[in-house]
Amino acid sequence: MDPKIETKNLNLYYKQFHCLKNINFKVREHQITAIIGPSGCGKSSLLRSFDRMTDITPGARVEGETLLDGKNIFDPAVDIVELRKRVSMVFQQPNPFPKSIAENVAFGPRMLGLNQKVNLDEIIEKSLRAAALWNEVKDNLDKSGLALSGGQQQRLCIARVLAIEPEVILMDEPCSALDPISTLKIEELMQELKEKYTIVIVTHNMQQAARVSNWSAFMLLGEMVEYSVTHDLFSRPQDKRTEDYITGRFG
Amino acid sequence: MPRRLFDQHLRELQDHVLAMGSMVETAIYRAMESLKNRDLELARKVIADDQLIDQKRFEIEEECIDLIVTQQPLASDLRIIIAVLNIIVDLERIGDHAEGIAKIAIMIGNEPPLKPLIDLPRMAELSGSMLRRSLEAFINHDAEAATKICGEDDIIDNLYDQVFRELLVFMAEDPKTITRATRLIWVAHNLERSADRVTNISERTIYIATGSRDSMIASKY
Repeated sequence: MDPKIETKNLNLYYKQFHCLKNINFKVREHQITAIIGPSGCGKSSLLRSFDRMTDITPGARVEGETLLDGKNIFDPAVDIVELRKRVSMVFQQPNPFPKSIAENVAFGPRMLGLNQKVNLDEIIEKSLRAAALWNEVKDNLDKSGLALSGGQQQRLCIARVLAIEPEVILMDEPCSALDPISTLKIEELMQELKEKYTIVIVTHNMQQAARVSNWSAFMLLGEMVEYSVTHDLFSRPQDKRTEDYITGRFG
Repeated sequence: MPRRLFDQHLRELQDHVLAMGSMVETAIYRAMESLKNRDLELARKVIADDQLIDQKRFEIEEECIDLIVTQQPLASDLRIIIAVLNIIVDLERIGDHAEGIAKIAIMIGNEPPLKPLIDLPRMAELSGSMLRRSLEAFINHDAEAATKICGEDDIIDNLYDQVFRELLVFMAEDPKTITRATRLIWVAHNLERSADRVTNISERTIYIATGSRDSMIASKY
């Protein structure tokens, strides 16, 4: 099967800093791919490059290609709004808008021009159900999104992403601000979501990467050191640097 | 950056496997001595001491569980612990084979000897030596030495066949020897199975060192 996302000799520079070095990486469709590595290794930058969030960083420069379904996302002809509709990001800190729960979910579809209430209500319910939040909020849809607990806020942000029906969901440390129960809910949700979506997650938590992902990549100093089936990466890594990092003997 | 405490626990865990291995090796040696020298007292000691081996196995298993729970081991750390969990089962079974030989020594009691014991002590000596070296390879995570030990199992198998044929001839020539000969075949069988267990241990060492379990899957032992 063709990869959903493929980078070819991808290099990213922030001014003089060479942040991503010759990354050749394939993200498989309907799989969860985890990227691990120490702080500053470039894993978040790689994730952000998939929906061109790197564009907004001053001094950022990209060389090489990132293909989404075989088409280079850095092509000048690519519509950035369309790209971010197809490839959407969930951030570390839950960041609902200071609006009602319903309006948070409806925000994306509205921006994309959908305004009919009947359709929006349907999208809101469908997205909240898919984000495993519906049962907890269905009677309080007018309540502020900011009044929810941290775990609920993060699921609201996931519902907000689902509302625009993306193809790829990028998750940047989605559970690091959450308690263990909320973390578990998000992890279970990811397993359900992968049936319909392709998920790439950046995490500091190796146990989480091992639990949730099908494929795992280890990055260090801007390089992709090792990339394999999760079981193999965590039970018999091939590179000494991977071994040192995942066994906690790094640094 | 070393994980000082975890590394120390891992080393201790492997040392405890060595200690258990040494108990098992002693059991095999003593069981054969009791058989050769008609030393029923020693045979009874082998049987009693088997409980200590069983106890040691569960102590080590508990240590493994503790390390998994508290340290969430991965990669080679995980492979060591998984290997240990398997090796202690093999060691315990070799201990049972030693106990089996000691029980046969008691059964034979003071019956007149069928023949001087030559090949059986050779089998015992070689399987004891294989066991000792397999544990050395284990502690050094030495896949090369472990592979070599696996190859030696053929020698044990050949000796077993030889003993079996020889005792069959005794039985065919004089049916009065059937009971005594059968007992000696059981001894040979216990030793042959022990050596098979040693190859399992060696294969686990290969797994620790390389991460590959191909030798087990393709195992002919």
